[in-house]
Amino acid sequence: MRDRTLWTWHIGAGAVILVLLGLHMVIMHLSGTLGFLGVQDAEPTGWASVAARAGSLFFTLTYVALLGAALYHGFYGFRNILMELNPGRTVRSVINVGLSVVGLALFAFGTWAALAAPGAATMAGG
Amino acid sequence: MAGSNTKQVTFHLRRFEPGKDAEPHWEDHSIEVTPGMTVLDGLWKVKELSAPSLAWRSSCRMGICGSCGMLINGRPRLACNTQVSELGSAIVAVAPLPNFDIIKDLVPDLRPIFETHREMLPYLLRDDTAEQEDPTREYRQTPHELEQYLQFSYCIKCGCCMAACPTVATDAQYAGPMPLGQAHRYDSDTRDAGFDRRREVLAGGSGPWRCHFAGECSQVCPKGVDPAKAIQLMKRQLVSDLLRLRRRTPPAAVAEAPHGTMRDDIPAAPPRTVTEA
Ligand code: HEM
Ligand code: HEM
Ligand code: SF4
Ligand code: SF4
Ligand code: FES
Repeated sequence: MRDRTLWTWHIGAGAVILVLLGLHMVIMHLSGTLGFLGVQDAEPTGWASVAARAGSLFFTLTYVALLGAALYHGFYGFRNILMELNPGRTVRSVINVGLSVVGLALFAFGTWAALAAPGAATMAGG
Repeated sequence: MAGSNTKQVTFHLRRFEPGKDAEPHWEDHSIEVTPGMTVLDGLWKVKELSAPSLAWRSSCRMGICGSCGMLINGRPRLACNTQVSELGSAIVAVAPLPNFDIIKDLVPDLRPIFETHREMLPYLLRDDTAEQEDPTREYRQTPHELEQYLQFSYCIKCGCCMAACPTVATDAQYAGPMPLGQAHRYDSDTRDAGFDRRREVLAGGSGPWRCHFAGECSQVCPKGVDPAKAIQLMKRQLVSDLLRLRRRTPPAAVAEAPHGTMRDDIPAAPPRTVTEA
């Protein structure tokens, strides 16, 4: 794919990360503040909270979106760095295919984890 | 003869003659520097007094031809546009611009950047060939439209920005600030219709995508051109085009001949009634 398209996705993914990671960090670390606002009172990384979020469609969707955005953004950025080492044509293809395969595999695994989480939580009696 | 205004300065020069030298080496030449003397004047003096075979490139000696770009005390600058006194040092180290092969001594091989420049089609691209070959009038352009590219048109292709750019130094594919800046100079000219043709090159690996906007190119430019800005504007244009958000306007047409306007509301001058005493 042409560099212009890949770069545009990179910037778009950066914007998605900005919003979703912001949300993620607020939930994980600003629980005191949120509790103060009456949003939540449980320990955010505690079993009950994690399991409750896992059962919510909204959170599952944001996990998959953040996962995809962060993986694409990070892997494209890593590819940029590797390309500045001036690889030859063959190494270039190896990098492109290698990063795509690893990235897609991680995305598939993470998506499976996000989708399987509610079931796992129920089985564990959460 | 040493006057009170003169100063002894050492020119620390990098010499290299291909076919004779295996590696470039440094050579010191001490000269008397008078106020107002440029690094280029200094090189001429060294050549006259102690190093007749010293080679460099220069022509206009007034910052307009772009031939005398060199690395002066570690910075890419024009030798003719740099006074020895402004360096504030008793040593003036001069080397050829980095990021290029060396032809001899201080002469870098700039052909690669001129070839890349040519690939950017740096001229007005339009369909009206007959008008372009044999112009009847100028193309219409407002002062505001002119300002969109004016500063980029001040580039003299000296290559200083190419020598300063960290991406040019590490990425063989990247076209670099001078050619990209010049592509944008035409892409932002309302008389031009070549955006689609330049996009063939710019949307690919040699385009602006690996510019990290460190701005070294703009910092170093002796003509005050801001190629880093041109490159970011170019990214915006190309991405808007990809997202189908770019407004397409036909290139400026030939300006109409001024027909003038008669003003019939101008009052006639009154007859003179004052008489001399
Ligand atoms: C707040 C969220 C983020 C924003 C707004 C953001 C934005 C950006 C931007 C604009 C660039 C391009 C810089 C350039 O072209 O020089 C970039 C590059 C990069 N980003 Fe992010 N980013 C974010 C988070 C992340 C995260 C979480 C990662 C790790 C997974 C990451 C990894 C990278 C890498 C590896 C590069 C490439 C660096 C290079 O080209 O040399 N970024 N980011
Ligand atoms: C110290 C900081 C962090 C903590 C404590 C944390 C904690 C968690 C927890 C508990 C989950 C499970 C889902 C949930 O309960 O909401 C999760 C999921 C996730 N986190 Fe974080 N996280 C942190 C930082 C980050 C960062 C920096 C990123 C990305 C750059 C990130 C990306 C993700 C993604 C993509 C998921 C969903 C994974 C999936 O379900 O496949 N997290 N995180
Ligand atoms: S942009 Fe400036 S530094 Fe670069 S080639 Fe043009 S005049 Fe020289
Ligand atoms: S702003 Fe871009 S072109 Fe200019 S020096 Fe930095 S990387 Fe190079
Ligand atoms: S000699 Fe022409 S720019 Fe320096």
